[in-house]
Amino acid sequence: MADNVLKVEHVTMQFGGVVAVNDLSMEVNKGEIVALIGPNGAGKTTAFNVITGVYAPTNGRVSFNGVPMIENHPQGKMKKNYLGEDPEGYPAKIVKTPDQITKLGIARTFQNIRLFKSLTVFDNVLIARHMRSKANVFSATFKVNAMEEKENREKTMELLKLVGLESSANEISSSLPYGKQRRLEIARALATQPTLLLLDEPAAGMNPQETDELSEFILQIKNQFDLTVLVIEHHMDLVMQISDRIYVLDFGKLIAQGTPEVIQNDPHVISAYLGVQDDE
Amino acid sequence: MVKKKIKLRDVILSILAAGVFCALLAYYQYDTGTSHSYAISILERSAIYAVVAVSMNLLNGFTGLFSLGQAGFMAIGAYTTGILTIPVNMRQSVYYMNGIAPWLENLHLPMIPALLLGGLFAAAAAALVGIPVLRLKSDYLAIATLGFAEIIRALLAAPMMNTITNGSFGLNNIPGFQNIFQPMAIAAVCIVLMILLINSSYGRAFKAIREDDIAAEAMGINLFRHKELAFVISSFFTGVGGGMLAIFMRSIDTKTFQVTLTYNILLIVVLGGIGSVTGSIIGSLLINGSQEWLRFLDEPTTVPVLSSLFKPGFRMVIYSILLMVVVLFWRRGIMGTNEFTWDGLFGLFRRKKKTKKAGGEA
Repeated sequence: MADNVLKVEHVTMQFGGVVAVNDLSMEVNKGEIVALIGPNGAGKTTAFNVITGVYAPTNGRVSFNGVPMIENHPQGKMKKNYLGEDPEGYPAKIVKTPDQITKLGIARTFQNIRLFKSLTVFDNVLIARHMRSKANVFSATFKVNAMEEKENREKTMELLKLVGLESSANEISSSLPYGKQRRLEIARALATQPTLLLLDEPAAGMNPQETDELSEFILQIKNQFDLTVLVIEHHMDLVMQISDRIYVLDFGKLIAQGTPEVIQNDPHVISAYLGVQDDE
Repeated sequence: MVKKKIKLRDVILSILAAGVFCALLAYYQYDTGTSHSYAISILERSAIYAVVAVSMNLLNGFTGLFSLGQAGFMAIGAYTTGILTIPVNMRQSVYYMNGIAPWLENLHLPMIPALLLGGLFAAAAAALVGIPVLRLKSDYLAIATLGFAEIIRALLAAPMMNTITNGSFGLNNIPGFQNIFQPMAIAAVCIVLMILLINSSYGRAFKAIREDDIAAEAMGINLFRHKELAFVISSFFTGVGGGMLAIFMRSIDTKTFQVTLTYNILLIVVLGGIGSVTGSIIGSLLINGSQEWLRFLDEPTTVPVLSSLFKPGFRMVIYSILLMVVVLFWRRGIMGTNEFTWDGLFGLFRRKKKTKKAGGEA
């Protein structure tokens, strides 16, 4: 399939006895906005961290545009699980490290904002352009790459304008209000020139109006930069508004997938979110 | 930071300041009326320590790698420079106990190439050591690099190295600087290079790693490569600084490069401000200067109460108390993470004036 950008196959992630993600398979197609939802502790962020190479999963494969990022190690032997049994399959092996994954074109934001706190807003975004720079350490030191540097600075300013932060370019990033920090993180992710954008709870802590603005903003950047978006979110309004398809996780397991309409009426999802009624 | 326009006033002031400084150096150098060797040696030592402090700051302050291997890399630079610059006809007298390795006997380099080679050897050692050591973080990295520095010191003093490093006898008869401008110019070039690096795209990547390594990696920055790069570059300049120290001291042995040397440099970095280049330079001047300026405390005095206090050794008591006071009141060092600017300097005066005015009115 040419148009499936991200492919996650049978990913399992165990932390000791805890199975955070259990046999998760999902695909994201080009140009889609896909949401990954689930109650707290369902394993959404863990899945994100596996996709971006932060965690090596216990088992499974992940590939991006056909390039393997996590492979099952064909010769390796699985660690015994907490019951002392030999699990089936082979341990997963990280083929691409997080920085290589970013280079391939996956950018992400973090659930608990991870800005470069004591640097300015401008530098935060400018740093993200370092990876695409062709300069080596000598040419950068002696300013041989002045043209490139100038272009990077212009691009950075453009991105800051896009997220409405151009007036605070020289402020220290940690002094920004929460909502703006979220926007800055998105701008920084966009500066790496991604084709797939992963957003980890972008609307966390936002009021309904801000959430509305954010969903419009996500649609806008998706069109402008020709992105594919995978988003983890709790705000159902936002999810239902923007996503083409939804995957629902509960206790690490995929319990439902489909269009927003399908998910809204899925009995498993309803019971996972609202609990099962007693008189059923 | 968005680029700001450079003010004409600042350019003029900088040129003026540099001119005054050069004139001062020239005065010290060429005024034959009185001996200025004291002031000259303090300034030279400050310049050398400034190079090492800035290079340590590049690693500790800008990349966030807490390394304590400076003395080791300085030793590599110092021995390389020392061995290569000792005049050939002096070698037999320097190595009179152990003899000199035959391949080394006629190997002689002028000062600058010898310093460069010293830096390169230090950088090569850093590249090798960095591969295992840079996987460690914070305190563990500090301990590992501290251990490495001691290994270097032990290696240099080892009997097997006698014909090269002259073992525990150390090196002497190293030709010194011809004038005060030499060390100043070398130090200036080194520091300017490091400032250029810090302000480049790589410097920003280093800062990103310091701020948040997970986010830096997610921004496509290869952590290991950039840490190694910072470590190697920092060690290069530390090696050059060590070489300069050898030329300055004219005789060195492995005891020169004990852990206390690293601590002294660390002191300068912390005092000046972790993450501030100008802070390191100011710190270097203060530390090297104050140890001498406070020397009057060691001399007897006729002032009644003080006469019982002013005894040899009292200087170090006051020096230590001053350090504690500075660290207590300027917790982030004198400069914090800021750099020296003319605006900042004038702002300082203006603020003081304002508070004085306010105080007068009240």
